[in-house]
Amino acid sequence: MSIPTNKTSQSRRRFLENISRAAGGAALFGMGLSLYSQQSKSLPADVIRPPGVIDESDFLSACVRCGLCVRDCPYETLKLAKLGEPVALGTPYFNARDIPCEMCEDIPCVVACPTGALDPKLTDIDDARMGLAVLIDQEACIAFQGLRCEVCYNVCPARDKAISIDRSHNKRTGKHALFIPVVHSSDCTGCGKCEHACILEEAAIKVLPSKLAKGELGHHYRLGWDEKRKAGKSLVTPDLKHKYNLPEGTKYDYEGKGLIQPDATPFKESAIERLNKGRL
Amino acid sequence: MRVNKLHNPLGRDAIQKKGWLLAHKWLLLRRLSQLSVLFLFLLGPLFGIWIIKGSMSSSLILDVIPLTDPFVFLQTLFTGYLPEITVVSGAVIVGLFYFLVGGRVYCAWVCPINIVTDAADWLRRVLNIKTSLSFSRMGRYGLLIVSFLLASITGILVWELVNPVTMIQRELVFGMGFSWLFIVGIFVLDAFVSRRAWCGHLCPMGAFYSVLGQFSLIKVNALNRAACNDCMECYAICPEPQVIKPALKGGDDTSPVISSGNCTNCGRCIDICTKDVFEIKHRFINSITSQHEVHL
Repeated sequence: MSIPTNKTSQSRRRFLENISRAAGGAALFGMGLSLYSQQSKSLPADVIRPPGVIDESDFLSACVRCGLCVRDCPYETLKLAKLGEPVALGTPYFNARDIPCEMCEDIPCVVACPTGALDPKLTDIDDARMGLAVLIDQEACIAFQGLRCEVCYNVCPARDKAISIDRSHNKRTGKHALFIPVVHSSDCTGCGKCEHACILEEAAIKVLPSKLAKGELGHHYRLGWDEKRKAGKSLVTPDLKHKYNLPEGTKYDYEGKGLIQPDATPFKESAIERLNKGRL
Repeated sequence: MRVNKLHNPLGRDAIQKKGWLLAHKWLLLRRLSQLSVLFLFLLGPLFGIWIIKGSMSSSLILDVIPLTDPFVFLQTLFTGYLPEITVVSGAVIVGLFYFLVGGRVYCAWVCPINIVTDAADWLRRVLNIKTSLSFSRMGRYGLLIVSFLLASITGILVWELVNPVTMIQRELVFGMGFSWLFIVGIFVLDAFVSRRAWCGHLCPMGAFYSVLGQFSLIKVNALNRAACNDCMECYAICPEPQVIKPALKGGDDTSPVISSGNCTNCGRCIDICTKDVFEIKHRFINSITSQHEVHL
């Protein structure tokens, strides 16, 4: 192998050396960075994204971290994740226990978003799904002790739809009722006013990311009663109507002709004669 | 980087000849520009005057004109996400602007990090700090490719999870978190580890703007290069000294225009030159004699 001696090949060699140093460094750095990025894909449970947020991994590609949603939030609910916070750097979020979403009708944060990370198709704030409230600690919630509270129910912007009160028997006293708040995912927007208002030191009702809060039924499941309602009739062979409680040893007649006794013979004698024979 | 051939302090001759103010004309204009941009962004949150809203990665002027950083925008595209029209038009507006005036005008005239790295370089000069470690100037292009590559592989804006530039800009406007650590880090890196390390060697955002401004209309030229007395001060003060040589010492058959996209149009060479060799003009100066352009 000849050693290049002239000036051009020397500078070419320096250039190649330079390039490979740069490429090596960048590749190494990139590997570390991609590992770090995997970690930041997960959202902590107490962090709520603004209304209209698209799927979290899409959101992390769409959001340019400009803060326009934060600027247009009239209640200073939204904030941008700073360095050191466990949320992807610069992305908007709020913490319901601090300041919940006031569910503005004109949804200024969504209007402000230039990228569509907050979906502009969201025009009715009731359709927002920022998360889902969950009455997560039934041991601490005083409603389960039989005490009247219902604060979460009363502050809920979708009262009686997103949170209702179910009454049940108070087993402790044996004569009172429990007034239990129940969240319905069909209407809960995840605004967090319930969590904000919960009277406990640490809220018993909390807004969680829907992904955490919701179970999901296997897609092959069909609920018979739903299918029946949709079809307007039963989809399986209907059971026959029950007619008799039969004594043991008797059979049932499907034709609706009454009871048939196993070895029944028609009565030929009078009842007295029959008794005298000693046969019942 | 050897500067021991030079007499200290750098720029004394220019001050003696032109006076302090004229010897710092472009520097002062740049500081004014950088601080004005920052001030405009802070006017809203501090005084409730919303001329510009948002941060430097995307903003809205007077609630009408969208502006978006094209580098951040491109990362978004690389993730495969199709953004709304607002952010697209914002990126086109900003991209066109820097395409015309010079990509790295962003670095020298807008980006607040420049104040930090300039301060670090000033400290190097004052304390006569010499370090031997140097990063490759290609490193930033490596990082630029990595930032786009990672965006398309992972589907999220990976570089924006750590980008000190957008982070510091954002936290200056939205309230400081721990990003001041990055300010200190960049300062220490530039002052005590390697000269002009961040803006001149590592920052992929600067690399992006270098590419964007390759063919800009406004360029610095050394039209009066015959007057050069080889004092070398322009090389010593320039944050990208490799861009000067082809224009200044290229010989009579080469263009005197500093054509490299790495040139930040900062005007430091103009300020420091006692012979008025350099000027900021359009790129078509002496274009007839222009034979080659040095890319990147």
